[in-house]
Amino acid sequence: MKPSAFDYRRPEQLDEAIDLLGELGPDAKVLAGGQSLVPLLSMRLVAPKHLLDINRIAQLDFVSCGADGVRVGALARHAVLERDAGARAVQPLLAAALAMVAHPTIRNRGTTVGSIVHADPAAEMPAVLCLLGGSITATSTSGRRTIGASDFFLGPLESALQEGELAVEAFFPALPPQSGTAFAEISRRHGDYAVCGVAGLVTLDDDLRISVARAGYLSVSPTPLVLDLTDAVSGRTFDGDLSAAGDFASAAVDPEPDIHASADYRRHLVGVLTNRVIVGAAQRAAREIMANGARQALPMPGAQP
Amino acid sequence: MTSRMVGEAVKRVEDPRLLVGAGRFLDDLGQDAAELAVLRSPHAHARITDIDVTAALEVQGLLAIYTYEDLTGPLADPLPLLIPHPAISAGRTQYALAKDEVNYVGEAIAVVVAENRYLAEDAVERIVVSYRPLTPVVGVQAARAADHLVHEDAPGNVAAHFVQEVGDAAAAIAAAPFRLELELAIERSASTPLEGRGVLAQWDSDSQRLRMWTSTQTSTGVRAAVAAKLGLDLGRVEVITPDVGGGFGVKIVHPWPEEVLVPMAARALGRAVKFTEDRREHFISAAHERGQLQQIEVGFDATGRILGLSVRFWHDNGAYLPYGLIVPIITSTQLLGPYKPGAYRVEFDSLYTNTVIVTPYRGAGRPQGVYAMERTLDAIASELGLDRSEVRATNFIQPSEMPYDHGLIFQDGRPLVYDSGDFPATLAKLKALVGWDDWPAYQAAARAQGRQVGLGLACYVEGTGVGPYEGGHVQIETSGRVKVATGLTSQGQGHQTAFAQIVADELGVSMDDIEVVTGDTRRFPYAVGTFASRAAVTSGSAIALAARMARRKVLKVAADALEANPEDLEIVEGMVRVKGAPGVAMSLGTVAVLSNPLRYAFDEASKAATQFVVGDSDLPPVNEDDEPGLEGRDYYSPLRSTFANGMHAVIVETDPETAEIKILRYCVVHDCGTLINPLIVEGQVHGGVAQGVGGALYERIVYDDAGQLQNASFMDFLMPYVSEVPESIEIDHLETPSPLNPLGIKGAGEAGVIPSAAVFASAISDAEGFAITAMPISPSDLFELRRRHAGTDGHNESIAKKEPTR
Amino acid sequence: MTGSWHELTLIVNGVPLRATVPARRLLSDCLRHDLGLTGTHVGCEHGVCGACTVLIDGVPMRSCLLLAVSVDGQAITTVEGLAGPDGELSAVQQAFQDCHGLQCGFCTPGFLTTITAGLIGCPDPTADDARDMIGGNLCRCTGYQNIVAAVLRAAELTRAAAGEDADAAVDSGQAP
Repeated sequence: MKPSAFDYRRPEQLDEAIDLLGELGPDAKVLAGGQSLVPLLSMRLVAPKHLLDINRIAQLDFVSCGADGVRVGALARHAVLERDAGARAVQPLLAAALAMVAHPTIRNRGTTVGSIVHADPAAEMPAVLCLLGGSITATSTSGRRTIGASDFFLGPLESALQEGELAVEAFFPALPPQSGTAFAEISRRHGDYAVCGVAGLVTLDDDLRISVARAGYLSVSPTPLVLDLTDAVSGRTFDGDLSAAGDFASAAVDPEPDIHASADYRRHLVGVLTNRVIVGAAQRAAREIMANGARQALPMPGAQP
Repeated sequence: MTSRMVGEAVKRVEDPRLLVGAGRFLDDLGQDAAELAVLRSPHAHARITDIDVTAALEVQGLLAIYTYEDLTGPLADPLPLLIPHPAISAGRTQYALAKDEVNYVGEAIAVVVAENRYLAEDAVERIVVSYRPLTPVVGVQAARAADHLVHEDAPGNVAAHFVQEVGDAAAAIAAAPFRLELELAIERSASTPLEGRGVLAQWDSDSQRLRMWTSTQTSTGVRAAVAAKLGLDLGRVEVITPDVGGGFGVKIVHPWPEEVLVPMAARALGRAVKFTEDRREHFISAAHERGQLQQIEVGFDATGRILGLSVRFWHDNGAYLPYGLIVPIITSTQLLGPYKPGAYRVEFDSLYTNTVIVTPYRGAGRPQGVYAMERTLDAIASELGLDRSEVRATNFIQPSEMPYDHGLIFQDGRPLVYDSGDFPATLAKLKALVGWDDWPAYQAAARAQGRQVGLGLACYVEGTGVGPYEGGHVQIETSGRVKVATGLTSQGQGHQTAFAQIVADELGVSMDDIEVVTGDTRRFPYAVGTFASRAAVTSGSAIALAARMARRKVLKVAADALEANPEDLEIVEGMVRVKGAPGVAMSLGTVAVLSNPLRYAFDEASKAATQFVVGDSDLPPVNEDDEPGLEGRDYYSPLRSTFANGMHAVIVETDPETAEIKILRYCVVHDCGTLINPLIVEGQVHGGVAQGVGGALYERIVYDDAGQLQNASFMDFLMPYVSEVPESIEIDHLETPSPLNPLGIKGAGEAGVIPSAAVFASAISDAEGFAITAMPISPSDLFELRRRHAGTDGHNESIAKKEPTR
Repeated sequence: MTGSWHELTLIVNGVPLRATVPARRLLSDCLRHDLGLTGTHVGCEHGVCGACTVLIDGVPMRSCLLLAVSVDGQAITTVEGLAGPDGELSAVQQAFQDCHGLQCGFCTPGFLTTITAGLIGCPDPTADDARDMIGGNLCRCTGYQNIVAAVLRAAELTRAAAGEDADAAVDSGQAP
């Protein structure tokens, strides 16, 4: 298990990288964290002629948080994003999902953008990106474009990135007001790829009733799947019976069996985990609303009624 | 008086070097060696029609390519069938490199030697092999059906058919008041040590000698095999076992193709050559174990006493049979555990399939046997509505019946006679430890909360310390330091520590002054190997005997020098002294000097042994019945195996929604006779239990119908991490010394893993209310079983496939 | 056919070491075979077992999942760099011996490096913290219970040593 030979380039500027990528053509692969790529190289399942190492391009090493969401540079390691206090505040689903990405040692090197570009349907972050309606920004010698998550994943290990394009940034939209998220997955061993994983997002109205419920799924479809569960639970209070969400989701998925789980077991887990994340997300949303409400109701010291 | 070391939880002497990165594992050696890579079959069953190496010849750094055509003399013959048995009707072993036909994915076809492994793999990739695919036989069912054959000359895919019977089992079952039949399955798993296989060889053309290092469980076995295959006198071959990164059985197989090809290439090329197996290779070209289908018929009375037991099983031995019938024979005999089943008949077929070979993996057939027996006892308890532990107790062999002769022949070709054991006491300890009597109340309370919990119990007896023998050599040097050697190898069991403890007690020296070497044929050329939980029993006993021999000589030489009777002397902290007169003493080093009459002095101390100083001029300097030096060499050859035993209990909780299986408690009561080092024994139990958890709940070897291994990586072969094992293992010991060896010890290495499939099946059955009859079990499997049983009455359903006949 | 070659400098256990390697050289192989530091072990070469874990600028990473050339110029800590200057075992190493946290010793270097870094971030771990800390390392021998105990013991030894240093500092009239 040793990689085939390749030429190696390590540009320090983004422009240089993009030029090189254009020049080297389809025989080049980009190396970021390499936590998925290097095993494939070692098993000789991929054998690029050129490897373009972007680990020294400092301008890609960022996590930037704004009111609209979190921008994650192509060199931001999972562990950095997971610990980023700003990102946790703007979109708490990120840290919740990142905690499920392999083991900490892998997260120390692996990058979030790299994981998304790898487009493994069993990976957490592609599903999160899809659920949140985020996007990937790619740059090439012919310019820069932003690809919506729903257009980005074309098949297992296949993304919409074109030859010569370098994914430079992922954008995860912020948590909407009056909303909560949750993430749950079942894996055979802790840290393994999930047998089934679900990210949930719930938005409540002022009466703490569900106005939006959506979930993103991993390991149950060739590309990350997002289901709008709103119709199943719309108008129900956050602490009511939300199990219709799971029933709906179970019926909507068509998972494949593999050596770790039957298709029916996966479908069953879709239901169970959907309910868990929808309940969890609804409760978080309600807590948020009630906390805000409580803050608003608290009279300022010295204020006149 | 020096405190006794045997029985103490002494910290391991191996650890300091391993902790600073100074261990010497196989791939740490031979940094300048050329490296070998193997072209392996991508087909499970095919004829090889052509091998074209032309493109590979262009690879820079290529040194040689070998195919079957290049093998000569004994190397061109099939590899040995190591353990012949009269029941083997079609014993087939592979060639070092495939000749015409391949029979599993991973079988070696060609090897490349290059300057390094990267380049060797480059060349392997460029070799073009043409195949004519044949239909593969995968799994026990396909092997039994025999619509296709693995080997054309092995009809029915049967390698061996074997029957043992005591009494008339069929008649006893027919006459019994109650009868049950069970069908059970257990899947393949594998040893998967963290370090794979590896071989390094150097050929010294000046002295025409081969020196090789191999990550093995038997250096003497490899030595003999390599000498035979390469046509070398045994004296020209040295085999050294470096630090070994785990074995668990797989490394007892020898010689692996690479173990003869690496020295062959080293001799041909005149330079050191090394092979370091990678993880994928380990899965597809080393060995697996465990896969069996079992049919059981049992007749019993209203108390649950077994009157007749008939077991028929089919054992998947993979594509070849290098290790003979050891695994199924152990299953068929150790199945009996602590029980006396009245009449017993066992019949098995060992079957060929187009998969990796099956050879012993820690437990070596016992887990399957215990699974069969314990599932049967649970079924009887369920059938009669009796407490599971009571049914077991009813069938126990009693201490007063020891030694107990089962009337069968064990894996070592000797009668299956248990030497000792107190099974009722072991059970009593386990029940107390796990709180057996409080269980029904706990389970009911949990059920009331919507929780599903289950308690499992499983008992086993393990034949350990099998022969034929091991030896030990103990030499006291003039420095006073003690050098100990034994021929068997170590792969993490702490032999250097445990054997030093034994010698410290026997000789009265500090452990700091003792150095133990294992698995080096230069130091001790007669040995068998490390398997069957035998090292402590056989080498430990041999070393004790050798140390006693050395001690006798110490006392004799010192007695002469001190003008005392040997009986009046004692050895304390490296000093020989007259009892009651500690001032009259000499060091062991001085005794060593005196033991070797010298003509030439090389230092101050040795002057004392020269010819004008020592000796009675009327006697020869070395007496007729004596020899120079202060050493002892002795052997321990057991009459037969010694039998350890134990019982495990596990409490699991199964998630009603996700079918995940969580371990709440794991309890072990274990009797391995005299404990040499409790720290090490408990470590062995911990590790065994973790492997058992893996085998019961996570690990399986999955082949598709084409014979492609679907999970040849640590990503998909689910060895437990810390998150999958019990947080603690509660252990209680019983020490029933073996009467068969000088130290009263029994083996402990495999015990932890033996009852795992059985104990988890028992616990999950208890939690779910239906019988588990196939192991390992995953949440997905449990989910599917729940659906299958959903229409039935749930609790107390019989494990048996059909209702009792009356 | 052999791809590009690169001269690189790795600062291994504080010592700058130079090597010339092909681009495809894995860091694990570079450490073991180019630099002769064989304490780092290779158990799977696909990043699952953790035996090859080293610290890159203090952060645990799998050396089998890194190209040597990719970490050119960076500081690497291997198991050989954990013991004290006089060779005395570090707290983590000592704890492994005290608790019988190793058997064959093959996976051990990866545990030692991981825990050494882990205890800096979490100096007072609970048993759960300890399990999290070693959650990505495989061991086939020990069953992990004694490794968890070793993590707790190492923290205890580290605290005790810090306490002694503080005591010594107080005794000599220095601020701790």
